[in-house]
Amino acid sequence: MGIDRRKFFKVSGLTALGLAGGSVSKVFSRETPYGDSVQTRTWGTEPPKGPLTAQRWAMVIDLRKCHEQPDCNDCVAACHSTHNVPDWGNPKDEVKWIWKESFEHAFHDQEHPYQQESLKYLPALVLCNHCDNPPCVRVCPTGATWKRDKDGIVMMDWHRCIGCRYCVVACPYGSRSFNWRDPRPKIQKIEPDFPTRSRGVVEKCTFCEERLARGMLPACVEACKYGAMHFGDLEDADSNVRKLLSERYTIRRKPGLGTNPEVYYIV
Amino acid sequence: MLEKAFVGDKKYWAWVISLMAVIGVATLFYLRQYSEGLGVTGLGRDVTWGFYIAQFTFLVGVAASAVMVVLPYYLHDYKAFAKITILGEFLAISAVTMCMTFIFVDMGQPFRIVNVFLYPSPTSMMFWDTVSLSGYMVLNIIISHVTLGAEKQGMAPPKWIKPVIILSIPWAVSIHTVTAFLYAGLGARPFWMTAILAPRFLASAFAAGPALLILFCLILRKVTKFDAGREPVQTLAKIVTYAMAVNVFFVLMEVFTAVYSGIPEHLEHFKFMFLGLEGSSMMAPWMWVSSILAVVSLILLLNPKARRNESWLVMACIAVFLSLWIDKGMALIVTGFVPSVLGAVPTYVPTVTELMISLGIYALGLLMVTVLYKIALSVRGQWETKRIIESQRSPVKAGS
Repeated sequence: MGIDRRKFFKVSGLTALGLAGGSVSKVFSRETPYGDSVQTRTWGTEPPKGPLTAQRWAMVIDLRKCHEQPDCNDCVAACHSTHNVPDWGNPKDEVKWIWKESFEHAFHDQEHPYQQESLKYLPALVLCNHCDNPPCVRVCPTGATWKRDKDGIVMMDWHRCIGCRYCVVACPYGSRSFNWRDPRPKIQKIEPDFPTRSRGVVEKCTFCEERLARGMLPACVEACKYGAMHFGDLEDADSNVRKLLSERYTIRRKPGLGTNPEVYYIV
Repeated sequence: MLEKAFVGDKKYWAWVISLMAVIGVATLFYLRQYSEGLGVTGLGRDVTWGFYIAQFTFLVGVAASAVMVVLPYYLHDYKAFAKITILGEFLAISAVTMCMTFIFVDMGQPFRIVNVFLYPSPTSMMFWDTVSLSGYMVLNIIISHVTLGAEKQGMAPPKWIKPVIILSIPWAVSIHTVTAFLYAGLGARPFWMTAILAPRFLASAFAAGPALLILFCLILRKVTKFDAGREPVQTLAKIVTYAMAVNVFFVLMEVFTAVYSGIPEHLEHFKFMFLGLEGSSMMAPWMWVSSILAVVSLILLLNPKARRNESWLVMACIAVFLSLWIDKGMALIVTGFVPSVLGAVPTYVPTVTELMISLGIYALGLLMVTVLYKIALSVRGQWETKRIIESQRSPVKAGS
């Protein structure tokens, strides 16, 4: 699949080059492989870097840094625009991959009435935990969602999903969204590099596996200006995430359920 | 045998056509849901499964309850059930069809449902539920076809059918057990995470199903020449009594565990169901009605005088059926989502579209019951005429 994807990007890159026509020079003038504009994404025949790989991807979110920037919504905006997530504007049809949830809701079993004000009222970022023992994968009747062996990412196949929503029911974190209606009219600006979904399928955060394959960090991590989000290999003892986990006190959501979430929080 | 369904009087046709009309209207509503998506239902991000899945769950119970006539008749050779066993099996076939249709209309991508067979996933309880329900359907079609066919010929059914019938008994238990496992194995949903869910499902099934069968027998006696007889109805009434008593006992055990332990994640669901949570008390009136009906039905059923009086028995059966329908067909699924995994208290009310589609599926089930019962009774009529002719012949033979 990785090879197919890369081939696809090669072809699409070439096509874009052809279409760009006069602005070829502009295409080559990009300085960074990261970014959102079409020019910076068309890297011609060769991807700028090899894919980012790990044995076990994990994320550490520093909620204290988030709390210093209560108005910041960069990671959510970056993720949702990168992945063509529709904006329904109502909680019933809502589709979201990463969002702010109150501490009380995100850490249902760990709050108490006399908690620090910052925790009580300021939201925590929540997303798919890419559990080591994911209940959603266990219950899927078609294998449309599965845990990738090579790096532990919980993947989604939107073409195989039958829309039974058993995974939504089984996920203890509310991380999965179902497309109750056709999402396309509600996507603010369609990002051509990423597929849109049809109605009737489930979707969720995939730790930006499509970006990792192109050597880029997840969109949310990249968008965070305040160093609140850290992404790395849990199996690598020298990785950024392992360093943070060994130095800071971290918590996970609903650890008692045995799902082994791979998103950790510094509070 | 199907030809028997195409001959009938005006009343029969009026009933069949009105059921078809309901199905037709429901199909239009389904087309709307199909083109716009499941967003036309009351379901949403927090309450992901609702009325459809609840009806599916309730009807799996109705399907499984056929075992309550099959087991006494075939295992214990309880002759009084000879006449009604086929009714139980045909009810099971119709109920399983409704179950499958409810699953179909609940799918976001209904035409991809074949993926369940293309990519079999043994870790998923939904896979096993599909296997178990389709197997049960096939078993009941074979059994009813073979036994009724033999009856039509005036012969004893072939011997090979006996092991198939015996197999259908644990299989009936399995369909409702696996359906309970759909819910009972989810750490995310403490309300359903109870070992007693499958036993409770079976108890409520063995009360609601036979209660429905009693009502059907009594309706058939009124509208056709078929009379199930007093004894089978009374035996079914005893089965309903035991099963309902066990069901109420199981529910009380659930309430005790949640209330006495006081663990919020268990308790909150019961609070929502009976009292309301954070101002959301939509389920409470229903649950109180269900509880009162359960008590009333038990008072009637446990009292032999009332149970033996068929008018009271009808009341008791209606009370049992409604009580369990509210409990399983409304409360059980939705309450699993309130509060949500994030502790929110979402509201869910089924939309007109959802209710109309459900009504259509119930009409489909009733149509199947009607047609299948018509076939069974017509075959019976033929058989009885034959026997009368034979009995008329034999004295002549003896005399000559």
